[in-house]
Amino acid sequence: MMTATPTEVTTVTLSINGQSVTAPAGTLLIEVCKKLGAEVPAFCYYEGFSLQAACRMCLVEIEKFPKLQASCTIPVSEGMVVRTESPAVVAARKDMLEFLLSNHPLDCPVCDKGGECELQDMTFRYGAGESRFTEIKVHTPEKQWSPVVFYDAPRCILCYRCVRVCDEGLGVGALGIQYRGVGAEIIPNMGDHLNCDECGACIDICPVGALTSGAYRYKTRPWEMNHVGTVCTHCSNGCKTTLGVRTDEIIRGNNRDHSGINGEFLCGKGRYAFDFNKHEDRLTSPLIRKDGQLVEVSWSEALKAVATKFSETQAAGGSFGVIGGVHSTNEENYFLQKFARQGLKTANIDHQRTGDVPALLDALSGKSDVLATTDDLYNTAAALVIGSDLAQQHPFLAYQLRANGRHHNARVYTVTPGKVREADYAAASLIYGSTAELFAKLDELRDRLKAEPELVILFSDAVKGADVAKLVAYGDSLGIKVKYVALVDYSNSRGALDMGLLPTLGPGYHAAPVSGLAAPDMLAAGLDVLWVMGADPGKGNAKFTVVQDMFLTPTAAAADIVLPSASAYEKSGTVTNVCGQVQKLKPAVRTMGTKPDLEIMGLIAREMGLNLGIWTHDHVLTEIRSSVAGYNVPLPVIQTGGAAQAQPVNGRVPLDGRPELVQSAQDTLFTSGTLGRYSKALTSVIEYPGKLYSDNQ
Amino acid sequence: MTFSPDLEARFEKLVASYPEGRTRSAVIPMLMYAQDELGAVTPELVAEVAKRCKVPPIQVEEVIGYYSMLHRKPQGKYHVQVCTNISCLLVGGEELYHHASKKLGIGHKQTTADGIFSLEEVECMGACSWAPAVEINYDFHHHVTAEKLDVLLDSLKKPQ
Ligand code: SF4
Ligand code: SF4
Ligand code: SF4
Ligand code: FES
Ligand code: FES
Repeated sequence: MMTATPTEVTTVTLSINGQSVTAPAGTLLIEVCKKLGAEVPAFCYYEGFSLQAACRMCLVEIEKFPKLQASCTIPVSEGMVVRTESPAVVAARKDMLEFLLSNHPLDCPVCDKGGECELQDMTFRYGAGESRFTEIKVHTPEKQWSPVVFYDAPRCILCYRCVRVCDEGLGVGALGIQYRGVGAEIIPNMGDHLNCDECGACIDICPVGALTSGAYRYKTRPWEMNHVGTVCTHCSNGCKTTLGVRTDEIIRGNNRDHSGINGEFLCGKGRYAFDFNKHEDRLTSPLIRKDGQLVEVSWSEALKAVATKFSETQAAGGSFGVIGGVHSTNEENYFLQKFARQGLKTANIDHQRTGDVPALLDALSGKSDVLATTDDLYNTAAALVIGSDLAQQHPFLAYQLRANGRHHNARVYTVTPGKVREADYAAASLIYGSTAELFAKLDELRDRLKAEPELVILFSDAVKGADVAKLVAYGDSLGIKVKYVALVDYSNSRGALDMGLLPTLGPGYHAAPVSGLAAPDMLAAGLDVLWVMGADPGKGNAKFTVVQDMFLTPTAAAADIVLPSASAYEKSGTVTNVCGQVQKLKPAVRTMGTKPDLEIMGLIAREMGLNLGIWTHDHVLTEIRSSVAGYNVPLPVIQTGGAAQAQPVNGRVPLDGRPELVQSAQDTLFTSGTLGRYSKALTSVIEYPGKLYSDNQ
Repeated sequence: MTFSPDLEARFEKLVASYPEGRTRSAVIPMLMYAQDELGAVTPELVAEVAKRCKVPPIQVEEVIGYYSMLHRKPQGKYHVQVCTNISCLLVGGEELYHHASKKLGIGHKQTTADGIFSLEEVECMGACSWAPAVEINYDFHHHVTAEKLDVLLDSLKKPQ
């Protein structure tokens, strides 16, 4: 918000529609009206972006001002007497609408935005249905700028919201305005097409139907959808995404109510890459290898086969290895490790490690309030990004930092192996070659960071193992309050760690009673049974492999039994984002033939006669809340779609000394591990597969 | 992209004339001066100005789209701009434009075959008090009549 900084605490008292209100001096009048419930219509004004004052919809009457004033640009002052719905104001709004509609096609019944259009709503509200304008309207054909972004100039009301969100919000600046007057229209950066993040923020923020989404346009009327608020299943940032569902199909991902930790933000993956869910290659039937071929079998046959194999192997004293997923829920991963440790009595448990959280927790032992949340990235005076092309790998975190820079003048420092987008506003951007050089660069920054009042340090897999302690020592040496984020890749990478999918650590980072093999060692150990849930570690030399997955990954294709699992958009459960914020998934659709991983495991346990407790998400969550350190999160918060911070152990964490196993997959804005390969929305854009640290940003 | 030493010096001065972070203010003068030297605003020039003024190229495109005195195609040696906006229109601006068009044998935004003249019908140039007004390159001509314009154009056509 364009408001006063906390140091200026002066407040003013003014009157709005006869009601007296107090507000910090400098607050925009439109915001004060909104808080009071006196909603003032606005097209160009959008909280958080620069002021445009282009649409004149927000005119209000202020006593002693000779003319109506644009409330979106007027700061409140002492003694102001404001009227937001006086006859003069209402008449002015009606006139503004008549102007806006003078060259606007009045074909709302076939417009993609119908029912959700701010212009339609305002015209309805102010009864501005008549026009005195009899000239011929200027028509230009609709343009397609990318597989996901379409622009229809005649509908555009030139509010510049799209231009500002792209430039100020994302730091991309791919949109501009060409020509003037009636010929004015929005243009893309490549002349006739876009080369950008393909995030769709411009489409989402457009108050009218001028920008439309290739994934969604003309598929439905908005009121025919159900809206399911859940968590994006791609990267670790944990954005809330609202899935628009009709007849058991997801047709839209957006941020309808801005209620998540991410506010209005979503990257292209959260907005479009839900399409993997209905990819034709989705597995919908269990498969068993018979005569060398994987053939479709019934669920009961498959479950029985798995249970028999597990029981027989156990009875014969055979060896197991278990690899869990980075998109699976906390409940699933918790249940999986419990199944492995208590049911199969094996310590061989691991997952795809992408960031060294255990080393960070260990290094922070004894310190409290040192783990940053996504809010901290927006509110802390300074941030240091190490080893990550944040705008590509952690789009929401990058968005938070940029907003922090814009609204609070936060200083951002980057130390990365190549040029990053943050460089365009960073206080300093240093490039390193080797890890040794990385620390040398940090030394260069030391004095400047010491002068900061506080700092958040975000670091990638470039800092792992012993280097993490070295980094924390560096943070200590600054003599200021420092918080940390260990960057991890995927939607529940953090949860997999917290739930103890590690050969040496159980849930809550407590030492496992017995240490087992790490994933690469399991693959090479000639195990009797390898059990993989939602991961693609490769075939390995296990004698028998069971895979639960949505797709026939290379690992699944080589397996002996494959069980088709439900996606994150088809199940309940919780996931934990990169900052340790726990959020709840909500099932939006179902794919016939698949089952959630938790149910699959429960059924296998039942078939084996194992008692591992009730296997519903709610029951397992109750067990997690009572037994996993830091996970006693408030239920009402997560049940109502909020994010609750998990507070992992404050104490030494026994490390397995295998930092080389921590490796980010280096996904870009257009890749997302296995899921990304099955998203046509991602693979169809010209920017695919994208490149980290490119100058072309 | 490199320019003549004179222009380089000018650019340097321009960029230094604005406070830190405000170099975007130099976009219009840079484009104008460079256009004079190059004859038109080329795509390379757009990229170069964006780089020097530290703005996204699309913001330079916006400026070019908005201001009619920036051209993407080379103009004639003499670019004749006749105002037909309201003040000029009331005192014969439109007739003047048609006269110029007929005399030069070209229409709006066209250039004569010999490359000497180009013609453009423009909006108000802020010379209403002396309407009808014509601008040729950077020179304003006031209270222009068809006769005055003929004399002017003929004098320009003569090799100098
Ligand atoms: S899709 Fe995103 S990056 Fe591309 S133009 Fe729109 S806002 Fe900008
Ligand atoms: S395309 Fe939409 S957001 Fe952009 S200026 Fe036009 S109306 Fe506003
Ligand atoms: S930033 Fe990450 S969590 Fe957010 S929408 Fe993009 S991929 Fe999903
Ligand atoms: S909202 Fe105030 S002028 Fe557009
Ligand atoms: S109308 Fe011609 S100069 Fe103003």
